[in-house]
Amino acid sequence: MADEKGKEKIRSIDNAAITLIEKAQKENVSTVFFRADELKPCPIGVEESCCKICGMGPCRLPRPKKAGEEKDRAGVCGATIETIVARNFARKIAAGTASHSDHAREVAETFLKTAQDEAQGFAIKDEVKLLEVALDYGIETEGRESREIAIDVGKKALEQFGKQDGELVYIKKAPLKRQEIWRKLGVVPRGIDREVVEMMHRTHMGVDQDYKHLMLQATRTALADGWGGSMISTDLQDIMFGTPVPILGTFNTGVFKEDQVNIVVHGHEPFLPELLVTATHDPEMKALAEKVGAKGINLTGMCCSANEVLMRHGIPCAGNFLQQELALVTGAVELMTVDVQCQMQGLQDVSECYHTKLVTTSDRAKIEGAIHIEFHPENGLDTAKKILRMAIENYPNRRHAVYIPAETQDAVVGFSHETINYLLGGLFRASYKPLNDNIINGRIRGVAGVVGCNNVRTVHDSAHIAMVKELIKNDVIVLTTGCAAMACGKAGLLTPEAARLYAGSGLAEVCEAVGIPPVLHMGACVDNSRILIAATALVKEGGLGDDISDLPAAGAAPEWMSEKALAIGQYFVASGVYTVFGTTWPTLGSEKVTKHLFEEHEELYKGMWAYEPDPIKAAGMMIAHIDKKRKALGLDKARERVLYDMAMRRALD
Amino acid sequence: MSKIIASAAIRGAHKIFDKVDAKYKEVLEKYGPDQEVGFPNTAYYLPIIYAMTGIGVSKLQDFDQILNLCRRLIPPPVREKTHLPYLAPTLDAGMATFFVEELYEAMRYLENPDCYATGEDQTDKTIWLGAASDLIFRKRGVEFVDGTAPGFAAIVGAAPDAQTAAKIALELQEKNLYVFMCGENGGKRFSEQLAEAGVQVGWPTRLVSFGPDIYQAVFAIGFACRVAMAFGGVKPGDFRRNLIYNKDRTYAFVMALGEVTDEWYANAAGCINWGFPTIADTPIPEVLPTGICTYEHVVSNIPHDHIVQKAVEVRGLKVQVAKVPVPVSYGPAFEGERVRGEDIYLEMGGGKTVAVEWTTTKRMEEVEDGKVEVVGPDVGDVKAGTRLHFAMLAEVAGRNFQEDFEPILERQNHHLINQAQGIMHIGQRDIAWIRVSKQAVEKGFKLEHIGKIIHAKYHQDFGAIFDKVQVKIYTEEAKVREVLEQARASYNHRDARVENMTDETVDTFYSCTLCQSFAPSHVCVVAPERTGLCGAYNWLDCRAAFEINPEGPNQPIQKGEMLDERYGQFKGCNDFVIKASRQKVTNVSLYSLMVDPMTTCGCCECIAAVLPMANGLMTVDRDYTGMTPCGMKFTTLAGSVGGGAQSPGFLGHSKYNITQRKFVKGDGGLARMVWMPKRLKEELHDRLVKRGEELGIPGLIDMIADETVATTEDEVIAYITEKGHPALTMESIL
Repeated sequence: MADEKGKEKIRSIDNAAITLIEKAQKENVSTVFFRADELKPCPIGVEESCCKICGMGPCRLPRPKKAGEEKDRAGVCGATIETIVARNFARKIAAGTASHSDHAREVAETFLKTAQDEAQGFAIKDEVKLLEVALDYGIETEGRESREIAIDVGKKALEQFGKQDGELVYIKKAPLKRQEIWRKLGVVPRGIDREVVEMMHRTHMGVDQDYKHLMLQATRTALADGWGGSMISTDLQDIMFGTPVPILGTFNTGVFKEDQVNIVVHGHEPFLPELLVTATHDPEMKALAEKVGAKGINLTGMCCSANEVLMRHGIPCAGNFLQQELALVTGAVELMTVDVQCQMQGLQDVSECYHTKLVTTSDRAKIEGAIHIEFHPENGLDTAKKILRMAIENYPNRRHAVYIPAETQDAVVGFSHETINYLLGGLFRASYKPLNDNIINGRIRGVAGVVGCNNVRTVHDSAHIAMVKELIKNDVIVLTTGCAAMACGKAGLLTPEAARLYAGSGLAEVCEAVGIPPVLHMGACVDNSRILIAATALVKEGGLGDDISDLPAAGAAPEWMSEKALAIGQYFVASGVYTVFGTTWPTLGSEKVTKHLFEEHEELYKGMWAYEPDPIKAAGMMIAHIDKKRKALGLDKARERVLYDMAMRRALD
Repeated sequence: MSKIIASAAIRGAHKIFDKVDAKYKEVLEKYGPDQEVGFPNTAYYLPIIYAMTGIGVSKLQDFDQILNLCRRLIPPPVREKTHLPYLAPTLDAGMATFFVEELYEAMRYLENPDCYATGEDQTDKTIWLGAASDLIFRKRGVEFVDGTAPGFAAIVGAAPDAQTAAKIALELQEKNLYVFMCGENGGKRFSEQLAEAGVQVGWPTRLVSFGPDIYQAVFAIGFACRVAMAFGGVKPGDFRRNLIYNKDRTYAFVMALGEVTDEWYANAAGCINWGFPTIADTPIPEVLPTGICTYEHVVSNIPHDHIVQKAVEVRGLKVQVAKVPVPVSYGPAFEGERVRGEDIYLEMGGGKTVAVEWTTTKRMEEVEDGKVEVVGPDVGDVKAGTRLHFAMLAEVAGRNFQEDFEPILERQNHHLINQAQGIMHIGQRDIAWIRVSKQAVEKGFKLEHIGKIIHAKYHQDFGAIFDKVQVKIYTEEAKVREVLEQARASYNHRDARVENMTDETVDTFYSCTLCQSFAPSHVCVVAPERTGLCGAYNWLDCRAAFEINPEGPNQPIQKGEMLDERYGQFKGCNDFVIKASRQKVTNVSLYSLMVDPMTTCGCCECIAAVLPMANGLMTVDRDYTGMTPCGMKFTTLAGSVGGGAQSPGFLGHSKYNITQRKFVKGDGGLARMVWMPKRLKEELHDRLVKRGEELGIPGLIDMIADETVATTEDEVIAYITEKGHPALTMESIL
């Protein structure tokens, strides 16, 4: 948002972030906020009207500035602007899918090692889920030990990546009607890696040069993320670390403790964070902390690593994507670990301004200047302790006055699909029925997934919060993951009390009945697969049509920035969900491609993209879509109460 | 839930748990772990625990397992701020509450076996009835299944005064609901209030005074659990099916009268698992969103004059209330009411005077519809305590009316008249027996009202098969005796006709799927020589029922090609049964219990079982509560064969069917019968003797063992060997 002359630029709606931005400014520490002031987005890149996939370019083909100056735009090879924009878009989806899936591969490998007793400190925690997943994979469970079953699950999961033909196993978890649509269009993924590789091939110079055809493969690639890599990751992580259940958590930078050793786990993988949780309980570590004069060890998280340990252990979350550097600006952080995805290189410079040690832990990601301690499951607990020791020993090295903002916010987090099923009926009557019932009777108008990142080009957290508040005010229950979930957490929307404060009367009534917040934290960004499964459960429960696209539901990522977000968006659209993105949109260079995504996709997938930077307007578009679906289901009219006589009871199945 | 309710229910669950846990330690100390415990005369152990977990608690030591389960089920208290979701934990806590309350009641029975009455009625010692024995449960459960009772109201607490209590109870009775009562409010109890208002309390009037505390709510829920297991074929431990079965089929609700305590909340939360909502007269928080129950979960602050109507609506129940022009209340709930001693104003029949009822056909022009004539002294002409002779002639006419329908209508008289409040009716034909109470007379009841009941109800229930009915009531002896003679001639004529009707003489059998409201896969095939297993429907009844309601549960079955003569398999029957059982049953024999026997809903009057060593069969009726030679009591047998499953070796049947010619013909017929309860033998004495002679085995009845000579198979073999029973020399029954 543009700043008005003479006024301080509004950078965040989060007071903790604002005070730390001010502190950084005072201390002349460079952060993403100041770099963004210096570096405006490339005006041609922002609409993706630039092709640089071969050495004959780059070909810059901006849209004409004035109306009436339109002409056919093409690169030197003749690639049309449609091909160029679609290729760029498809490549981002490939990158997003690759990221989630490579994360998932790591999960599957670690899972297999865990099953084979080769992973130090890990175990099969959720045996019920193991059996369910084994069933999905068609693995025999009768009379077998869970270890044997787990080994087969691990192997079968790994196979999903390198498969060359057939279908990914999780495709069968989708509603039947959805599977038919995919098969008809030929977009059922064969193997996760294969789809990414083929996408990269088809977007190479001089290969697939029909934007609609390119988008079919982009869809197949995205589905390999949502109904492939991401889902594998969620399932196997649940089995290893426990399926999340509602738990009390705390959000924002105020979670740091001045007199304790503060460690931040940042990134996306849950492995090291899980073992750090174990290690912090080690008496040896506690004694060491005492020895250096700290009152304890305070493990905290950022980004999706935080989400993982938050919803499984209640480990506090110090903030979302745009707060990663600000966390270090407190001067209170002894050590930050990073693994993969969304960790800014700027962290290294910031850490150098304080005493903070930045540790890279993945064999796939180093940061120049940072300490590199590779995490491998074989000696994971030893590594965790080594890192923890390093953090503790760094406590006496604090050299600046520590400033920790006061802001913290309690929240209820950890709504997996399984737990929602339980929460709506208890152990004996678990089902989605009450949710379906209250959608049908209109207390809940619909369901929205609000997910995604932060983006420094829009006021930090503002779009998330404005959109979510608008939705719940209109009785739309919100499911959230990733950095969006953290924004909601910080703003107090993940509390049951928020229902009374912000939700419409119908939604508030349901929240009061179940005792839930109006916004449900479902996990990390890789856990968007949980939303797909929840949507499928809604369909299967009955009364709301026979496909995800029939549901009164919509999705949004109002502050997206990463390629993963585009992969997520595409798999939601291809799963039948109307999906609105904010901040910026990467196909505006081509009207035809944009029209294909925004309109023609509805004919193909019964779900489509939309772009609207104003979060309130975007929420309005989502609500209008929800109302459209309600009308199609005949839910727009009040229903008469049915009273049952014996003949009607006899007719029951 | 609402936070207030959830917090209170969870607190209540903790309180009850702690109390029961402490009590258990004390009782265990006193009796030891091997002490047997349980509710009296039931095969369902502690029925809620049994239905939900499959665990049959029979000894004190079994309590540990249940208490440990409850420790896991009852969650920590609801946090004041940023609480975790509470609906599910509250429902779990409610379930645990029922489990521990059942344990508590089992300990109560152990410590004080006389704490509750054992029969259907209160005794001089106690008004409290306690857990329904299986005998009561089956008899009453059938009413749930056939729709005479659509559900029950579980009343907790007490009304502000006895009159209000009586009014609420009457209104519930008029809606045919059972009223299950427990709990106390400010020192008052609903059951006691009814007694105070002079209302007859007990199973016969559907006003069931389970007990004085909230704990006895488990007797109501245990009843519902047993309905699902006995009639719905739901297996013990299949909690989900049991709960959803009750939500869909048992129209029960909780009516909370008075201050709702934490313990009440815990019980109410438990009820929601079964889809039973709570309707309260106090301003507690409401839970209106739907989902676990069919509609709202908790509705509150309802005034007493609206509370019954509101409850029925919240539960989603449609009640057909009979409108009968009589000055007293009318409905099935009043059938079981007795009139005796000082209460009798007028008595007719019962051995002391003649009382006869006859329904006969007239030509259309001879009948003036709705005309009721009383000839002779009426209520107003006699003093209290008088006996009169009585003859009631119902003359029916109509284009669709057939002579065969006469006995069907006539047989309704008993329950039609009995359903009037303050009127007692027993028997039929020329052994009718009617008592009119002083209370009914005070309200203006006269003999003409009996006629009006007949007119109104014949039309309501059977309107499709006749057009007009007029009723003549005589109380002068000479005229009564004249009617008696004509009626007897007619009875003889009818009996002969029914007796001569065989399966071969008709092309059409009838189905009865009346019980599918509770046993969805059960189908009765009713043939002239095989009456329905409940004893209530013979072939003529079904034919009439089809005429009355062509879309109803009695459908014609073209019997079609005979596939197996011995076992009585017909192509038409099989085709029908496959469809009507929702593909659960593919073949059915009409004349066998060994090969593809007919299913039973659980309503059967008797269950026959193979005694392989004796090479014969036994049968036991549901009134016999003792052990039988097959090693199972009736209730255990019913538990294993009911619910619409085919169980070769077992067969549900009616009493009458035993002496019908086709009774298990394929397996050797009545000649296979080696054991019956003595009372059943006596009840069927004449017919058994006759049928024995027909079979060429005179004295068969005396060859059939009963409990006075045999309760084990070995004893049966010894007895029948001594008597030279034909079963011993027949081909092997297996």
